[in-house]
Amino acid sequence: MPTDSLTPPGRARLSSVALPYLLLLPTLFFITVFTLWPLARVVYGSLFLQNQAVQTPRFAGLANYQALAIDPGFRDVLTNTLVYVVVTVPLSAGLALILALLLNREFRARGLARLAFFYPAMLPMVSAATIFLFMYTPGYGLLNVFLSFFGITNQNWLGTPSQALPALMLLGLWKQTGFYMIFFLAGLQALPHDIFESARLDGASALQTIRYLTLPLLAGTTLFVTTIAVVNAFETVDQVYIMTGGGPVNATNMLLFNLYETLFNYLDVGKASAISVILIAILLIFTALNFFYTERNATYE
Amino acid sequence: MNKPPRSWRSWLSSLWLVALGLLALGWTMPILWTLAVSIHSPDEPLSAANLWWGSAPTLANFSQAFDIAPFAQYYVNTILITLGILAVQLVTICLAGYALARFQFRGQNVLFFLIMLQMLVPSSALIVSNYATIVSLHVFDTLLAVMVPFFGSAFGTFLMRQTFKQVPRELDDAARMDGANWWQTLWHIYIPPARPALTAFALSSISFHWNDFLWPLIVTNSPSSRPLTVGLAVLTQLGEIGAQWPLVTAGTVIVVGPLLVLFLVFQRQFIDSFLHSGLK
Repeated sequence: MPTDSLTPPGRARLSSVALPYLLLLPTLFFITVFTLWPLARVVYGSLFLQNQAVQTPRFAGLANYQALAIDPGFRDVLTNTLVYVVVTVPLSAGLALILALLLNREFRARGLARLAFFYPAMLPMVSAATIFLFMYTPGYGLLNVFLSFFGITNQNWLGTPSQALPALMLLGLWKQTGFYMIFFLAGLQALPHDIFESARLDGASALQTIRYLTLPLLAGTTLFVTTIAVVNAFETVDQVYIMTGGGPVNATNMLLFNLYETLFNYLDVGKASAISVILIAILLIFTALNFFYTERNATYE
Repeated sequence: MNKPPRSWRSWLSSLWLVALGLLALGWTMPILWTLAVSIHSPDEPLSAANLWWGSAPTLANFSQAFDIAPFAQYYVNTILITLGILAVQLVTICLAGYALARFQFRGQNVLFFLIMLQMLVPSSALIVSNYATIVSLHVFDTLLAVMVPFFGSAFGTFLMRQTFKQVPRELDDAARMDGANWWQTLWHIYIPPARPALTAFALSSISFHWNDFLWPLIVTNSPSSRPLTVGLAVLTQLGEIGAQWPLVTAGTVIVVGPLLVLFLVFQRQFIDSFLHSGLK
């Protein structure tokens, strides 16, 4: 048997055993340093008091969580975040679906119409928020000028506690709907044509076709869009920073902005860690529910 | 069956078209207004009666915006940040994807799970510890600080693992028989058919990091490392400038203009990349 003088068998085997680990090493390194270790550290850090009064971290069990639980400000933050998610996700996904159904039909200027709804998705949220800050300006803001044609008097949208959160939601709707619409359009184009042809021949109305054929067939796309919409909505922060700073009187404060201000304005590391853990836990629970729901439905498909 | 008469139905469908057209117009208003006000003379006050470009359109707002904020520097920073992240990611995800697609080794599932955790935990929820890491590494306020948390990508790794699994194993074996080592095999056999997936990943990575705000806001503190998004926020938040809308809209146009032009040119590719990626 001829032996390969360049790579002795022992060395060759050793290097091929080590190879996959070496290939994974860079990814594992960065993910360990910037995801796994930080994850462990926020969970651990949330059990310590560490703020301006307590400079050296002191173990305090669940004290940070207890403080958050009785803090009415944090209750506002949770409520605002949940309201934002519960209102914007169905609205933007629903409107995206309707737009996709309309824009899937052939007509002139269809490309232009798709562009009109999709372009906000291309803009950085910071720029979109700056534009909407301008739209909402009292006096000559375009929204007030437009509404004045309908006899609605000048409003200070972002300065009024009951209107500020809806104003942020409108921005979210404007920014995200076109993005979700693209997924529905792709879903629609992937549907088999012949089913729709036979439905048409059987005399099904447009609404019946949508209700009994299109929507069930688009269930996968809907689940996907809803999932990314929920995660996006929970991570709302840029527009809060630019437009309201969480105000007026906490009316637009949401989890991620609250985390930011707890860490950098109030310098409370312990409490900020607890807020991080709460945010991560909410998203993990959501992902798990989503996963089990998909698994269960997949079994009888 | 009692169907509405044909003319009725076509009337109804044109009503839908009109409604859709009005909605599309409303959707476009914010950017049209921003463009118009960016050339509105700063000497003419904005009012409900003088809303658009005014009587003497000017480019003065743009030159003033460039004077106040170093947008050219911000552009360079943003480009370096997005391309820097992408360059490292392309290497890390191809290597890791290859390992997970074509090797069998002890602990494979555990390592795969640990990497995938990154997809479940949003990076924005880890700013407390990542900020501390950046400070202790003495890289605060550098471009590297903005980039480094994103060098490993679970999504990209997953995408490459799935893509590489499609490559027939026989091609791999044949290349090895011909004496190719692992990186030659990866480069010549695996990367070429993965090009569409890599392009999609690249576009979605670029658009995510081009638009990212919170993380660069936290780890930068000077024009030399600030990206466009943070630069625009700084301009908007300057107290005395805040109300000067022609100036602020000019700044906004400087930030979004090139993006919109690129998007108009490469519409198809952008939309495809969004479809491929979804999350980031």
